Amino acid sequence: MLGKTANGLYWMYRYMERAENTARLIETGQRIALTRLNQTDEEWASVLQSADSFYGYNAAHDEISRDSAIDWMLRDKDNPSSVLSCVSAARQNARLVRTAITGDVWEAVNSAFMALKTTLARKVSERDLPSILRLIRHHAALVRGVTHGTMLRNDIYDFARLGTFLERADNTARILDVKYYVLLPSARAVGTSLDNVQWESILRSVSARGGFRMEFGAGGGPREIAEFLILDKRMPRSLAFCAGKLCDNLGYLTSDGDVGQASVERVNALKNGMLSKSIDDVFDYGLHEFLQKTLEEISGISRQIEQDFRFYA
Amino acid sequence: MAEHSVFDEMWGDDDTLRAPYQNFHDWFDQEDPKRLRAKNREAEDLFRLTGITFNVYGRSEAEERLIPFDIIPRIISGAEWAKLSRGIEQRVRAINAFLHDIYHTQEIIKAGRIPQEMIAQNDAFLPQMIGVDAPGGVYTHIVGIDLVRTGPGEFFVLEDNARTPSGVSYMLENRETMLQMFPELFSTNRVQAVQQYPIDLRRSLAACAPKMTTSDPTVAVLTPGIYNSAYFEHAFLADQMGVELVEGHDLRVVDGRVAMRTTHGYKPIDVLYRRVDDDFLDPLNFNPESQLGVPGIMDVYRSGGITIANAPGTGISDDKAIYSYMPEIVEFYTGERPLLQNVPTWRCSEPDALAYVLDNLEDLVVKEVHGSGGYGMLIGPTATKKDIAAFRRKLKARPKNYIAQPTLSLSTVPIFSRTGLSPRHVDLRPFVLVSPDGIKITPGGLTRVALKKGSLVVNSSQGGGTKDTWVLEE
Repeated sequence: MLGKTANGLYWMYRYMERAENTARLIETGQRIALTRLNQTDEEWASVLQSADSFYGYNAAHDEISRDSAIDWMLRDKDNPSSVLSCVSAARQNARLVRTAITGDVWEAVNSAFMALKTTLARKVSERDLPSILRLIRHHAALVRGVTHGTMLRNDIYDFARLGTFLERADNTARILDVKYYVLLPSARAVGTSLDNVQWESILRSVSARGGFRMEFGAGGGPREIAEFLILDKRMPRSLAFCAGKLCDNLGYLTSDGDVGQASVERVNALKNGMLSKSIDDVFDYGLHEFLQKTLEEISGISRQIEQDFRFYA
Repeated sequence: MAEHSVFDEMWGDDDTLRAPYQNFHDWFDQEDPKRLRAKNREAEDLFRLTGITFNVYGRSEAEERLIPFDIIPRIISGAEWAKLSRGIEQRVRAINAFLHDIYHTQEIIKAGRIPQEMIAQNDAFLPQMIGVDAPGGVYTHIVGIDLVRTGPGEFFVLEDNARTPSGVSYMLENRETMLQMFPELFSTNRVQAVQQYPIDLRRSLAACAPKMTTSDPTVAVLTPGIYNSAYFEHAFLADQMGVELVEGHDLRVVDGRVAMRTTHGYKPIDVLYRRVDDDFLDPLNFNPESQLGVPGIMDVYRSGGITIANAPGTGISDDKAIYSYMPEIVEFYTGERPLLQNVPTWRCSEPDALAYVLDNLEDLVVKEVHGSGGYGMLIGPTATKKDIAAFRRKLKARPKNYIAQPTLSLSTVPIFSRTGLSPRHVDLRPFVLVSPDGIKITPGGLTRVALKKGSLVVNSSQGGGTKDTWVLEE
């Protein structure tokens, strides 16, 4: 496969994943705003931080408000991580790798772009927000579904998966890091309804509420939440799960042993080192420090993959 | 040109339904126009979804547009086609022989059939190609011959496209769309298939691999990138052939071969179907500013390390000034009379011709020798006085840059308009593949149609559309 094609696939799927995650963050923020248990502007600041677009937003706006935060994350062209920017970038990459993806995948990405370009051409009213967020999720699910259902399980698929899981791990770590303080052991004693909302919002941001309830019923506190999202190997958005997938797909890509060994080593180190610790170890290490270290490792792995597989000339 | 002298391919000269359209017309008569209108919209949605768009140059944002598709097919009988394709094959053979000759001993000039300066002073002539033997003796691997029709048996070649002819993806997608929308039409009409084109193209390219290739040749398509107007077609063809689509920055010369950067290192390419113009192909040998090409590819080519399709320098054969010599060229190399007619052409470089052209501007079509896409031309009968005066100045300033032709009365084929069937002017570009194994012509080709009533400009960049083109079994 061409290095350029691997690059295009990797970023196409990173951007699709990011579009979906951004939509989910908006949904969470909106939910908290509606329950009015918190200073909502503060909440939008932390949502913007989770989406890694706080600085860009501040550079373009004087103050934080619900409307402008949503607009920034949903459709602002100056925000490279807005849903619209992500879907455009995913489609641009899909055009670049048109020969590597199936017709079904191309059509799914293209129709996502066409639908969202039209829908997000104007500012979204509060009334329309839920259905538009649902539309984004549906399109992202469709792309994922046809990828799963129509693509050969070869190196093309592996690069698609690498992009997906690197982006997802990055997002989960970021969301946890912005809210890490509500998960610290000291917060456990508080147990106010405010904390409950905070915990719930973390779970919702990574679509983990259902899974968590299935596992812990009405129980489970911050310690369990942290464990679930960092170390649980069954939770598809946990850091350990993502690292496991990265290991698998890198393993297939490098089975002939001539390229990619450095990437494999780094991912293995992440999976078998930091992400195999116990949750007590994580708290002892310091949750924030742990997450920061993980985020660094994730971007290091990304650079290593780009280099090992000749993404650029 | 007066309306009554136009030949309509469905209704002939005298409003009698022509035989190839009989079946289709019976079907059309039974159809509810409302359903057809809905189908027309459905076709557009399908094109948008599959991304069959072209980019428009000179817009602030890279805008993607659809080429309008008309659902009424253009139908050619098997017998008409058989005759046409003999003429096309003869012409393509002659073009290849001409190119070999021009870059070797130039017998045709020695024989006095073409003036020396037509070649020597022509920008399309590449001195870098002198003495180079194209692998398999093939210069024009892919040719598009633009034809127009003026009567039942009267076809003219409007121009030859021997550089990087485009449009074949529309030929294929138009057929695909018709098959999906109106399957019933293909059980009542025996239409010759076109879908084998990508496989034929791959075989034909592989057959032209350089001598040093021992195993299954590695073929790749070279595109200028996603912002090029024909990017869709480049990606489409690479996809359909199952080969890599590469850009200049994916390639470099490694150990005397042109190689592409893969995730496992550099891998040599045997045949490069390039959709990049000569000038941009190699910054070391041509335009040094080019970012689209591969530095040193010409040196690899000259040493027999790669096949470039089409060969560099083929533009000398489809230049509009050379066009006027095509009848001589065909006769010189085939020893036969040309089966396809040329449109009579005045070369404005010749004083007598220039004088005639200047006197008759309002009746003539004047074209730039190196122009394409319908830009920079004057259509006398529809031009304003001001346009004609402006063109007269340009013509006098640089007569060598222009040729002139009579305004042909192009045939019409109906389109499906709001009022039903309405005749519109069309042309036809059949696609020809050349390899040492022979010449292959896909039955039909791309029919372009001027959607505006009375207009003769069919170019997609200027509001033209396309139609599916049927060649019936004999």
